[in-house]
Amino acid sequence: MDLYEYQARDMFEKHGVPVLGGIVATTPAEARAAAEKLGGGVVVVKAQVKVGGRGKAGGVKLAKSPEEAEQHAEAILGMDIKGHTVHRVMIAQGAQIEQEFYFSVLLDRSERRYLAMCSVEGGVEIEQLAVERPEALARVAVDPIVGIDAAKAAEIVAEANFPADLAGPVADAIEKLWTVYKEEDATLVEVNPLVKTADGKIIALDGKVTIDENAAFRQEGHAALEDKDAADPLEAKAKALNLNYVKLDGSVGIIGNGAGLVMSTLDVVAYAGENHGNVKPANFLDIGGGASATVMANGLDVILNDPQVKSVFVNVFGGITSCIEVANGIVGALETLGDSATKPLVVRLDGNSVEEGREILAAANHPLVTIIETMDGAAARAAELANA
Amino acid sequence: MSIFINSDSKVIVQGMTGAEGQKHTARMLASGTKIVGGVNPRKAGTSVDFDVNGETVSVEVYGTVADAMAATGANVSVLFVPPAFTKAAVVEAVDAGMPLAVIITEGVPVKDSAEFFTYATEKGTQLIGPNCPGLITPGQSNVGITPANITGAGKIGLVSKSGTLTYQMMFELRDIGFTTAVGIGGDPVIGTTHIDCLKAFQEDPETEAIVMIGEIGGDAEERAAAYIKDHVTKPVVGYVAGFEAPEGKTMGHAGAIVSGSAGTAQAKKEALEAAGVKVGKTPTETADLMRAILNG
Repeated sequence: MDLYEYQARDMFEKHGVPVLGGIVATTPAEARAAAEKLGGGVVVVKAQVKVGGRGKAGGVKLAKSPEEAEQHAEAILGMDIKGHTVHRVMIAQGAQIEQEFYFSVLLDRSERRYLAMCSVEGGVEIEQLAVERPEALARVAVDPIVGIDAAKAAEIVAEANFPADLAGPVADAIEKLWTVYKEEDATLVEVNPLVKTADGKIIALDGKVTIDENAAFRQEGHAALEDKDAADPLEAKAKALNLNYVKLDGSVGIIGNGAGLVMSTLDVVAYAGENHGNVKPANFLDIGGGASATVMANGLDVILNDPQVKSVFVNVFGGITSCIEVANGIVGALETLGDSATKPLVVRLDGNSVEEGREILAAANHPLVTIIETMDGAAARAAELANA
Repeated sequence: MSIFINSDSKVIVQGMTGAEGQKHTARMLASGTKIVGGVNPRKAGTSVDFDVNGETVSVEVYGTVADAMAATGANVSVLFVPPAFTKAAVVEAVDAGMPLAVIITEGVPVKDSAEFFTYATEKGTQLIGPNCPGLITPGQSNVGITPANITGAGKIGLVSKSGTLTYQMMFELRDIGFTTAVGIGGDPVIGTTHIDCLKAFQEDPETEAIVMIGEIGGDAEERAAAYIKDHVTKPVVGYVAGFEAPEGKTMGHAGAIVSGSAGTAQAKKEALEAAGVKVGKTPTETADLMRAILNG
């Protein structure tokens, strides 16, 4: 899960990373109060969106007084930045910036360890710097067990060619940022820019943090960081039912078991759709391994409530999941829905108890259900029905 | 022949006394796997009875992995341990000198995986997973949760990030059969990689051709493509899932995240094709490509 800048700032502060004061606001009045609380001087009003390029879009404005902060907040709240509506702004203390640097630490999947990246040229698009002047971006491998200790922080700072007078304080900041990475179960901690102010202080001015949701069991505070207002209503409903669901734009509803098979099902439906008016999948829904009839029924309930869905493709390979449970779930859900179920279902079952599962569906003989034995054939039929 | 496991593999189950552990131990025993013990420090000295095709099989529980190895000569451990305890369980297996540990557990924090992978590599334990179905050498040994009845022994080697796609592909090619099918898992940090499996299949005399299944996220398939080009002389067919997955969304596997162009299904398909791998558009088409090569 990616965090908002203000959440990252709070997290930095908690672990002793030097940051400036910052207060989140959801209304212009709150923005004014926040600016007053920060001393009434110069502040920056910053749109809180999880997308880059907000400065260019007019989402970051300098305010010389609390009144001006209120006016800027008025303009920025509700703004659309690359499809993201601004629901919050952060009122950040102003600072005299003398120099900008870059630092990040993240998971290096290929090497199965961590990678620290650091540059004395911050504030720029780091991807661009990495391509155009790779020598300006130091890349230092970090052992997951050792982490970034004082020696490693010194190595990073040296590799990035920091001048002697800055090496110490920047290395200190890097060690604290490592604490954030480690203690918060992050998979990315990025500071761009890390700055030197006119009075010589090193400050993390803008931070990006991604946290590992698998660590939720030992990170009690993380649940509160979740972005409730960003979720699609169907996604929210699915989440409440403990389903792994992602809303997409097409018209063929998809239910399957196992992330890989469901992703493959999306592809196979889009491929079949090339012959049927280019219909596309309407969602990703993985009912998981060993799913019960209830889980299957819950999944169908979510998908049939999506007004964009015109047909549904249930694609299950029973490994641990029994096709009996899947078939019972389909029959049960259709019974519950009664006349309100109007969308055709194409079902393909294979694997564990496939004969019994198919028999249950055949016995129910529901007019909306078609059983097709192959995955490609069933995808073609579902695409055809969505295009009818 | 086969890779990583065979009929001589002696397997212990860490977490055998839990619900998942018991269920899958019974299935592994039923498919002929030599399960020689379980590990649970609180139940050491007891045993668990399993109904295996109508007969009762009793499996001893040991207090530690080291005890189990000393008593049984076990050389494979399979872990059904909750995410919060997985790291400690892997470290225990590594410290005991276990040659191969297969981690089925889903939801392990990536920090733990990175730490135990580093530790296991230093000490010489091979890891498969986490978040994987395990591996099967049909007719000889089944370590993990792969259904044993999909197909039998044959001449294809299979490596896949995804469990259900592994099953689907085994089903598609059930007329030919497999030497070994390895589900390596879709997490951001995994032990055994596509490349490790490709290398082992290349060296295995009974494996005549290889199916490689990938999905969006990371660059493992691109790396595997480069490896195939330089080192694999056996025919390889590929399948990549995730063309329709939207950018920036997670679809179940933590690894299946697309951020930007690298790691897309299209990039992976192109990399594999550039290495001479035939890539199918659907699992069925992929199986047909394999059949054409073997019957060709």
